[in-house]
Amino acid sequence: MKYFLQRVAFYLFTAWAAITLNFLIPRMIPGDPVQALVTKYQGQLSSQAIDSLYVLFGLNKDANLWEEYVSYWKQLLSGDLGLSFTFFPTPVSEIISNSLPWTLLLVGITTVISFLLGTGLGVLAGWRRGSWTDGLLPVTTFLSSVPYFWLGIIAIYLLTGPDSFFPSSGGFDAGLVPAFDQYFIPSAIQHSLLPALTILISSVSGWILSMRNMMVTVSSEDYITVAHAKGLSDRRVAMSYAARNALLPNVSGFALSLGFIVGGTLLVEIVFSYPGVGFQLFQALGASDYPLMQGIFLIITISVLVANLLADIAYLLLDPRTRKEG
Amino acid sequence: MTASAVTMEQVAPVAVPAKRQRFRFVANKKAAVGLFILAIYGILAVIGPWITPYDPGARGDDLVQPPSAEHWMGTTHLGQDVFSQLLEGTRSVMFVGFFAGIVATVLSVIIGVTAGYVGGKTDEVLSALSNVFLVIPALPLIIIITSTLNNAEDWLIAMVIGLTSWSWNARVLRAQTLSLRRRDFVEAARATGERTWRVITFELLPNLTAVIASGFVGTVIFAVLSEITLAFIGVTSATTWNWGTILFWAQGQQALAQNAWWWFVPAGLAIAILGTSLALVNFGIDEFVSPRLRSAGKTKIKTNTGRTVRMRIGFTPVIRKEPLP
Repeated sequence: MKYFLQRVAFYLFTAWAAITLNFLIPRMIPGDPVQALVTKYQGQLSSQAIDSLYVLFGLNKDANLWEEYVSYWKQLLSGDLGLSFTFFPTPVSEIISNSLPWTLLLVGITTVISFLLGTGLGVLAGWRRGSWTDGLLPVTTFLSSVPYFWLGIIAIYLLTGPDSFFPSSGGFDAGLVPAFDQYFIPSAIQHSLLPALTILISSVSGWILSMRNMMVTVSSEDYITVAHAKGLSDRRVAMSYAARNALLPNVSGFALSLGFIVGGTLLVEIVFSYPGVGFQLFQALGASDYPLMQGIFLIITISVLVANLLADIAYLLLDPRTRKEG
Repeated sequence: MTASAVTMEQVAPVAVPAKRQRFRFVANKKAAVGLFILAIYGILAVIGPWITPYDPGARGDDLVQPPSAEHWMGTTHLGQDVFSQLLEGTRSVMFVGFFAGIVATVLSVIIGVTAGYVGGKTDEVLSALSNVFLVIPALPLIIIITSTLNNAEDWLIAMVIGLTSWSWNARVLRAQTLSLRRRDFVEAARATGERTWRVITFELLPNLTAVIASGFVGTVIFAVLSEITLAFIGVTSATTWNWGTILFWAQGQQALAQNAWWWFVPAGLAIAILGTSLALVNFGIDEFVSPRLRSAGKTKIKTNTGRTVRMRIGFTPVIRKEPLP
């Protein structure tokens, strides 16, 4: 329990650090980008919206940094992330809440599948060292060096076309309205297959490699030899003795590398024009839409923190040592 | 003939006095291949912009042409030569990769080793700092920062990448330092009154070389991918060439719809091969440090009774010559 509380405290601290970074970064922008944008939308912005932008992006010359910081927090806590310029005059929070479920489902499900598949193959590759599984390593090395988005481009080039089953872009058929019915769900799944496959192929190799290395290290431990000597079946030794112990570092590695994976998957969304936050971020970048960019960064960070917390809980359940009192 | 060759091999090590093998690392096949490819990229980074057949930005009359004798990798929508763009871009990619790698490695050594060696409150603060940077998704952070810098130059991008990606190495180095700190030779150095900086630079750092090198290589891979990503999504200036810029134009000009595979395949392959060579160097380092991880070669052995035996660590299979009763 103490361990758990420590982790929660750490994530709260990290969230605070990320929000503070988010507060400081726009204040380093040379010149006055907000003023430029305000001028561009002259007459369309209410004075209240302009005020809110100045709180979010600084440049309010009357207030000192601390006062700005306090009002920034107040605004965040009331859920106000400003107005988006690309989708003027929609609030940023509304745009993000529309696109976040797409990303969470796509990235969440594929990451978990990739972790399970990679760990499974890694167990095999580590245990049966010197068999055909050694051939996996060079292949996966190559695949993990390919940028996610390039793999996506190649997938579109090779697998999509007028007659293909795989659609090349979007999250669902153009004629459909998002709803939980028998037309929309299959279409959404069909559109997510190719992006999911791309993410899977390029992320699975990391898990294979780390799990293989852990298996190799663990399988020379004394307790493995003892288990063999007791006459337990090879399968039992591999699964209940070696894999179980090799899994722990991989789970904590899972938590730590989430940030890297999420960064890569955002790019896949861009290539496939998938309606998630990555694609929104791309559109925001093109239009210098600072409020949307900041909001998306904040949401991504907080999602990764929550996922990390979940991985910690899994670790807690797997490793009895962390449950020990004191 | 064969007999004499065998004796030669056996005699040779005895005749030559035991010498420290300087280049033992290169003897590792993976590391050698990786270093070789890396060297080619390094040479191209230096001479690339001088040997381009065309000016990478110059427009030509052949628009979106497939590879030919004149344009080895075809042309773009403006008739620019893709091969020249690729050569020109190598320098920027290698520069950003290695510069960011150096920045991140220096930071991670300072923070990681200090945290591990000094301990106490310093350790807690530095560990918390590196954990925060570890958990915050680096790529979105880099994108946000560079998008606020208008048309950032290569060295600035490299700085941003370096300053945001040191945390993983710092963590690994801290753990390694912690395990070295109480070893006898470090205790002995401390007992003889060596200053802290001397213990760190002359006792600890040499023993951390492999970890630092492997962290450096990992950061270079990450930095290269980040730079290319930034160029691909159009955050950095589109006037200096790197491989991401090529992909940016290919994506923006619908290269896919025009079936112009030559436009985006070479750049992607160049990235993948560079990444693979760096990863191979890293495997080489890992296997050098921990020989267990080496591929074991053939582990299945057929006995003459027709059974197959699998070799395993901790087991000594006995292969009998005579048939079993």
